[in-house]
Amino acid sequence: MALKGNLRDFTITQLLNLINLAKKTGTLVIEGPGEIARVTFREGKLAYAQVGQEDNSLAAILLRSNKITNSQFKILKERTSQMTDKELGLLLINAGYVSQDEILKSIQLYCINSIRRLFSWVEGFFRFEQDQPLPEDKISVKVDLENLIIEGSRQLREWEQLQEEIPTLEMALKFTDRPGTNLRNINLSVEEWRVVSYVNPKNTMRQIARATRMNDLEIRRVVYALLQAGLVEIVRPGGAPIPTRMFPTQNKEEQKSLVNRLIARIRSI
Amino acid sequence: MMQTVKIVVTGPFSAGKTEFIRSVSEIDVVSTERKISTEAEKIKETTTVAMDFGRITVDEDLVLYLFGTPGQRRFDFMWEILSEGMLGFIVMVDSTRPETFREARSILETFRAYAPTPYVVAANKQDRPDAWAIDDMRLALRLDSKVKILPSIATDKDAVKNVLLELLYSILAEMEAGSS
Repeated sequence: MALKGNLRDFTITQLLNLINLAKKTGTLVIEGPGEIARVTFREGKLAYAQVGQEDNSLAAILLRSNKITNSQFKILKERTSQMTDKELGLLLINAGYVSQDEILKSIQLYCINSIRRLFSWVEGFFRFEQDQPLPEDKISVKVDLENLIIEGSRQLREWEQLQEEIPTLEMALKFTDRPGTNLRNINLSVEEWRVVSYVNPKNTMRQIARATRMNDLEIRRVVYALLQAGLVEIVRPGGAPIPTRMFPTQNKEEQKSLVNRLIARIRSI
Repeated sequence: MMQTVKIVVTGPFSAGKTEFIRSVSEIDVVSTERKISTEAEKIKETTTVAMDFGRITVDEDLVLYLFGTPGQRRFDFMWEILSEGMLGFIVMVDSTRPETFREARSILETFRAYAPTPYVVAANKQDRPDAWAIDDMRLALRLDSKVKILPSIATDKDAVKNVLLELLYSILAEMEAGSS
């Protein structure tokens, strides 16, 4: 039976658990929010993972893990563009640039980080392509899934809690009116600073997330930290349409009269 | 022509919303209660599954409806429908159950997103010895100092009247601020 469905009903962690227990071999394809992930498994172990269209060549992976410099990366891209990852790996090992262990660890880290990104996907269609192998030119790894499953479960709990704290991203943020609070004296992370720079009652949290290229989990995480620190508060976005159907009349004086009649009636109960 | 306005009473499961409406409604509250099936939520026999509905006739031209939302999260699809066109809303919180404070906060934020109408928080069951103090609840619920948090006993008519009146005063104040 085809293994396919929606992440709303079957989470990434549950999928990894199933693949691990059934020792499956094949490729899990997930059509997530705006990008597609392809994760390959061999006998229940992670063999390779890629999310979206980012450069997943060996040279790019080594650059990300600081095993080669920017200039080395540029040279490799120019001169070895026709090589497969396996050929390039052998070349680099033979030339003494990196060891085999460094290559494998870099790819392993890249794949694990790709899986970590998937943990924040709560919606998207998935299908498991049985026995679909990894492309010949890629170097595969062999990562046990247990630790990733535990990490994913923790993140899922965090996601549920954050969603309870910040149920909607359609609200805006404003700085709290606390005299004496100086942002410059507070140690904020890079992500927090990026969000802080967009704090304005006109910007919804969703707009801030889009501008800072954060997903729903990341923006909630940052906003929650700022809320806990008492730096910001959640407000309705400025310029949002005010409902007109609160009162049966649009006349301001009649509306006031109506509320005063309500007050008088409640007092008399 | 008869005019109608509505106030929504919301809050977590078992916060006292049905009792609150029952205390001031002039009709028997039209309640959609069902026996509770989940073991974890069996702290009471029944719960509201669609809405509670109470009425206060103001005069021959004006009626106030009180709508109570279902407390269990799986019925939250009803919330937005109930909130449409409300004058304001009351968030009921059980002062003796701090484990529900986080959910109360979440419900408050959800309703705030539906409409920019005034709201008050009713700290219910304040007559119980294990009730949290109002000031502590304000901190736990992360309420701004401008938000009214009012001691409440849902079965006590005067306490319920006070909560409703405070909400109406807030609505009036906002209207006056808007027109000045």
